[in-house]
Amino acid sequence: MIEALRKKAEELLRSKTVDVIYGYGEGSTPERTRPVFITKPEDVNKLTWNKYCVYNLTTYLKRQEARKLGKPAIVVKGCDAKTIIVLIKESQIKREDVYILGVTCNGVGEPQATKCKACDIHTPRIYDELIGEKIENKEISFEERYAEIEEYEKLSEKDKWEFWQKQFAKCIKCYACSSICPLCFCDRCIVDKNQPQWIDPSAHPRGNLSWNVTRAYHLAGRCINCEECQRVCPADIPLNLLNKKLAKETEKNFKYRAGYNIDDELAMATYKEDDNQDFIK
Amino acid sequence: MSEENKFEPKIVAFLCNWCTYAGADLAGTGRKQYQANVRVIKLPCTGGIDPLFLIKAFERGADGILVSGCHPGDCHYNSGNYHARRRWNVFRPLLEFCGINPERIQFSWVSAAEGGKWVETINGVIDSIRALGPFEGYQKINTMGPMVSSESANQ
Repeated sequence: MIEALRKKAEELLRSKTVDVIYGYGEGSTPERTRPVFITKPEDVNKLTWNKYCVYNLTTYLKRQEARKLGKPAIVVKGCDAKTIIVLIKESQIKREDVYILGVTCNGVGEPQATKCKACDIHTPRIYDELIGEKIENKEISFEERYAEIEEYEKLSEKDKWEFWQKQFAKCIKCYACSSICPLCFCDRCIVDKNQPQWIDPSAHPRGNLSWNVTRAYHLAGRCINCEECQRVCPADIPLNLLNKKLAKETEKNFKYRAGYNIDDELAMATYKEDDNQDFIK
Repeated sequence: MSEENKFEPKIVAFLCNWCTYAGADLAGTGRKQYQANVRVIKLPCTGGIDPLFLIKAFERGADGILVSGCHPGDCHYNSGNYHARRRWNVFRPLLEFCGINPERIQFSWVSAAEGGKWVETINGVIDSIRALGPFEGYQKINTMGPMVSSESANQ
């Protein structure tokens, strides 16, 4: 599989179809990988693929320094490919501006990442070239996909509040969660604005709640559950529980799953006249 | 004495200019009485209400919030309230997931002709928040110092 990947990458660079390959390279230890940006055909041997390729490389599509390298080909797993669908839908990139090197995947991480447990997208739903044997994407029920958050939903109001306060109290406002997020693409984030100051910049419980709720909410109908925010959080806040809760509500209320179908309208940019309004008097 | 100490909730109401605000105005011109716990904030449209407004109201000590606008189909800008409804559909469960009682944020459609409904709605909101009591959880995090937070992080 690695050979096929390298071969295709070399071909793409030689034919000048793309200017740069965003891929995974070997890290400092065998259990680590790091992003590599390959611009010369002779460097393609730096590319690798294994179960430690946890990261979602599509986050570089929003970075100016990466964009400067020219048109990319990007190595994506099934889950990461969903990001590209959302980015296209959100008019952040054009389909022709990126060459998608899809890789089939049976789960990453050691131990396996939580996101892989209810994966129904082993083969990307969008790609220009598929590397690896095609794996059938079997359907997974709604309940199973959101099983992870059930125990938190069942908590009493007081327990929920205490649990999240304890989690948010750890937040140091480093904003790694939004920096890494491929779908947090505003040039100026709400936390960069201080007239008025919507969210307290200090790591104080009040602003921490506002920030974490706002970050999650801004990704409603966008988040594709790559879990990068949670992975990079230095305070180990289980941020993905919030994302997952929002994804669940979006799917339940609007029958929308971010990044699944390129033809679906964005959940939060449209409406239906018969949307649920049980809670409105 | 006990009368004086009775808890009076602070309610912030975000109203759309065209429907509910006019409805509340109608209640006023009709000399209809309602409880005075509400602070009204007028906005052009419910579709322009960023959920941050609601969070900010809690940060500034609100015990409860009402968001109210035009009935579906009546939006002055055609679709603002439909978009707002979508947002609340996901925002409300998110707050609930974080341990905020959904009763503290209520939503209603009140038209410019429904002065009576406005009185009924706002009285209902105030009564239900009064029953819930002050939003102590949020008020605590508003006032606590940073040291308290790092302490609880070590638990």
